Amino acid sequence: MQAKQVRTPWNPKRILYSKKLAPYIFVAPFVASFLIFFLYPSIETIRMSFMSMEGFGNEQFVGFDNYARLFNYHFGNAIRTNTIYTGCMLVIMMTIPTVLAVVVNSKLLKLRNMFRAAFFIPSLVSALIAGIAFRLMFSDMDSGLFNQILHLFGQESIAWNMGYSTGILMMVTLDTWKSVGINMVYCLSALQSIPSDIYESAEIDGASALRKFWNITIPMLKPTLIYIFTLTIIAGYRMFTESYVYWVDTTPGDIGLTIVRYLYQMSFQRNDMGFGCAIGIVLLAIIMTINLIQLRGFGMFSKEKD
Amino acid sequence: MKKKITLQSALLTLAVLIAALVALFPVYFLVVASLQPTQYMFSRGLSLVLGDTATLANYRTLAEYRDGLYLSWYKNSIMITVLQTVLSLFFSSLAGYALGVYRFRGRGLVFTLMLLVMMIPLEIIMLPLYKLCIGMGIINTIAGVILPFILSPICIFFFQQFVSGLGDSFMEAGRIDGCTEFGIYFRIMMPLMKPAFGAMTILMAMNSWNGFLWPLIILRTNENLTLPIGLASLISANAQKMEVLLPGAVLSILPIVILFLFNQKKFISGLTSGGVKA
Repeated sequence: MQAKQVRTPWNPKRILYSKKLAPYIFVAPFVASFLIFFLYPSIETIRMSFMSMEGFGNEQFVGFDNYARLFNYHFGNAIRTNTIYTGCMLVIMMTIPTVLAVVVNSKLLKLRNMFRAAFFIPSLVSALIAGIAFRLMFSDMDSGLFNQILHLFGQESIAWNMGYSTGILMMVTLDTWKSVGINMVYCLSALQSIPSDIYESAEIDGASALRKFWNITIPMLKPTLIYIFTLTIIAGYRMFTESYVYWVDTTPGDIGLTIVRYLYQMSFQRNDMGFGCAIGIVLLAIIMTINLIQLRGFGMFSKEKD
Repeated sequence: MKKKITLQSALLTLAVLIAALVALFPVYFLVVASLQPTQYMFSRGLSLVLGDTATLANYRTLAEYRDGLYLSWYKNSIMITVLQTVLSLFFSSLAGYALGVYRFRGRGLVFTLMLLVMMIPLEIIMLPLYKLCIGMGIINTIAGVILPFILSPICIFFFQQFVSGLGDSFMEAGRIDGCTEFGIYFRIMMPLMKPAFGAMTILMAMNSWNGFLWPLIILRTNENLTLPIGLASLISANAQKMEVLLPGAVLSILPIVILFLFNQKKFISGLTSGGVKA
């Protein structure tokens, strides 16, 4: 604002017209929020993971002790549960939403908008609220809905929430119900941006519906499918509410114990914040490693094609 | 030929109808359960159709429960959702808009930071963030729930993608007419971004309304809780208050579903126009 700009006298209004300054003002809130609520806590997480603490007090440097303590039975179980759960969710989310999107986009279907809404509504419901319904359906009593279904096939009642694999099944069912709709909408919005003349020229060449699906729809949906794949992995490893709603107070026998659940228990029930931070860092490492492998995998696919 | 297509179409519609009924069944189940006297629920089992036992008694219990505690949860949830949605749409759209239409030094860096926030889950930095909120004195307040998450990276990304497709001829026209850069944003570009705002309103409101882990940590006293946290406090194994829990769960679904049904078309077309593509 000094002597260099003699030509145009300085005027506070010029700031408002400055094309150079405007973007910095527009992104300033994001940068401020990033520094305060993201960068600072990130650095603190790393620092605190090397500390022994009681609540947030009594900090003492303990080196890699917290990390060494992670080699225990419970944390191993939590990682295993998250991994099986995420694997199941990946299989489901890569198939059902795509098929559903193609169906509700089909011109043969009547009342398309109504059906789109019907399939999306479960995604609007919080996992906790939906969990209240699923808890009742998975009730261990003979009167529970899923036990009644078992009776129809001549089977005995099951205590669903007391078994490891049935526990995972309960969480997978709840999250499938909740997440199919939103992923269907992502696929649907990608489908609608595929130019229709591609399909028309395929029809002229006599391509069947199945061929069109495999050779046009799937390749055109690839970016969306990669997006869903990535989100499903992150959501799978950070899962918490699905576990909390079924096993509110404790996780007996580590059934339903997930990584974030373990982090929550250690930090807020045992007050072991340093250990909690170490769990967080390991969670980050897991998510980043899987995402790198996965993005590489997809990258290699596209190279083969070119 | 024509007849065959109608048959195909009827069969497809029927199959999809069955799938949709399955998808909506848990909501139906919850509604039916909330309208039955809870004392029979476990002895006789839950009937899936409403018979003569149907009653609004649970809803009355809910209204009277601890001097209308449920109503305070409802108010808190609405306050938090409205504030968080409005603020995060405003600030995130500004940032996304700047990234989309301006070429400035540091743009790449800001873009990378946004992707970083998108990739790293909150749970990892949750403990120091909690400590920070204690330090700021915003524990157990609405500010504590929303302040750390006013900027949504997904929202920024979406707006960035959306405005990149708008072209800058509108902006140049605005400049020639003597608009300030802020005027261009508010008067010219914001109306053009309406479809993006429509889609993101639903997504942001949904995340805020259903938020669980962070409010669970931040909110302490009973009357300050949000709906999911308050209802979760009723599930505890020793004392399940089904007669409050079930109607409470049903009513908590309503606002967000109504918001969606009123904006349904805008939601899907808005998402399409922005292209949520990785």
